[in-house]
Amino acid sequence: MSQEMQVLAKDLHRHYGQYYAVAGVNITLRKGEVLGLLGPNGAGKSTTMKMLTGNLTPDQGEISINGIDLFNEPQVAKKHIGYLPERLPVYCDMTVLEFLRYCAQLRGIARTAQHASIDRALQRCGLGDVSKRLIGNLSKGYQQRVGIAQAILHNPAVIILDEPTVGLDPVQIQEIRHLIRELGEEHSVMLSTHILPEVQALCDRVQIIYQGQTVFEDFLQGLEQRHADCILRLGFEEPIDVKKLQAIESINKIESLGSMRYNVYVEGYQHMGDHLCKLAFAEGWKLTEMTPQTTDLETIFLDLVHREEARA
Amino acid sequence: MSIVYTIAFTELRRMFYSPLAWSLLAIVQFIMALIFLMLVQEYIEVIQPKFSTLDKPPGVTDTIVAAVYLWAGIIMLAIIPILTMRTFAEERVNGTFTLLRSSPISMIQVVLGKYLGLMLFILIMIALISLMPMSLYMGTSLDWGKLLASMLGLVLLLASFAAAGLFISSLVDQPIIAAVATFGFLLLLVVFYISGNSQSSYSELFIYLSHFGHFLSFLGGIFDTADLAYYLLFIVGFLGLTIRKLTDEGLQN
Repeated sequence: MSQEMQVLAKDLHRHYGQYYAVAGVNITLRKGEVLGLLGPNGAGKSTTMKMLTGNLTPDQGEISINGIDLFNEPQVAKKHIGYLPERLPVYCDMTVLEFLRYCAQLRGIARTAQHASIDRALQRCGLGDVSKRLIGNLSKGYQQRVGIAQAILHNPAVIILDEPTVGLDPVQIQEIRHLIRELGEEHSVMLSTHILPEVQALCDRVQIIYQGQTVFEDFLQGLEQRHADCILRLGFEEPIDVKKLQAIESINKIESLGSMRYNVYVEGYQHMGDHLCKLAFAEGWKLTEMTPQTTDLETIFLDLVHREEARA
Repeated sequence: MSIVYTIAFTELRRMFYSPLAWSLLAIVQFIMALIFLMLVQEYIEVIQPKFSTLDKPPGVTDTIVAAVYLWAGIIMLAIIPILTMRTFAEERVNGTFTLLRSSPISMIQVVLGKYLGLMLFILIMIALISLMPMSLYMGTSLDWGKLLASMLGLVLLLASFAAAGLFISSLVDQPIIAAVATFGFLLLLVVFYISGNSQSSYSELFIYLSHFGHFLSFLGGIFDTADLAYYLLFIVGFLGLTIRKLTDEGLQN
């Protein structure tokens, strides 16, 4: 495989008793990429991440990190991973500085370099002011940052974050997202979430997992054009001639909502908004509203989940 | 190897961050002090007058020192489980075990580090207890060989307790269950000793299996390599089981 592949996992399987948590998931993470693992609760996101970080052995499958096999050389491979689990692995009775020093030693950072890497992690995560405080006394947002700080401490090639923004307030979420975006510039990042806007805000690529299987995988850039059928809601001040709307080629269906409002189903045409404006202007319709009705990833996501449920 | 020390010293430091270590040290010291006082008083008021008629009477080392260490061993049956219960069970409950598991270290290093941390604490505890019998030196002469043998016996006995406690803590997710199970296991071995010595069901095997049987000869000042071997096997066995358990944990059960 190419040098660019930092995580390569093939055909991962893992079951708990009778229940298959993960059944045949493939993961690839290229250098400098931010991959979002999306799925409803219990889809197998965390299980997949546990396997990638060596916390859980898969029943079947191969994992290599930076070209190093995780099962043959776990201790070498783990040096290249930074992992923030769902439950923060922090000791509440230690100060931030003590905790990071311990982590630095565990990660095998050379004694001379420890100070510098701790400083860098503190600074990146905005922990400078609280470094001497007990972790247990910090707010959830700061604790989460400590969790991220320990994950990036040894400057790993791959950073794996399991639901990094769960349970935070909106301001903290913004801050953590900002941090993740920064990390994405230098490291390969993989994060799991069930929050759709998060993936849209942060990721280059998305992989949707449902019931232990990958049901969707694509780059976010240009996702809309490739996949989503868009719905526009139009409102007019006066009644219009709907037939003229129907005449436009890319419009599939027009749904009247009453009081001169319509849902227009558009397929494969990005400049529909502009087109409709011009048409309305030319026809003298008084346009009062034009709202896109879907966030595209959400449609895909809900659609997939419903489709899978219908099949089951 | 430096990872082992790192884990050990962090473990020891974290014990002293919680009130647990301090209160254990204080309570053990308080109870042992009462026992020590009682033994000294009994020696002065009852034993010494009786022995004064004998030709070669047993000294304070036999009557007081050995008894202090025996009592210490008995009390530790309840104390060590409280000490060892946290090691792995608490890390699992708090989710901090992930930190160790995701780090580029082996489970051998983790187990040895945790065990070394426990042993350092136990050595501190034994050192504090030993101050009391040693204080007798101010007033009388002591048989240092016997005292050291008793001390070594207690170190080995507690080292074996700790190894068993560490293993049981690695099996369960709840610290309190680990403590209860460890206490039960240690008591079971004491019961082996008692039952092995009873007249109706005398059994060499039971006495051999019990950790207390091997402890008593140290108290008498006898350093037998067979006893030493018993403790080493016991410790290595349980540490090995712990390492195995933790290494296999990610695998399918």
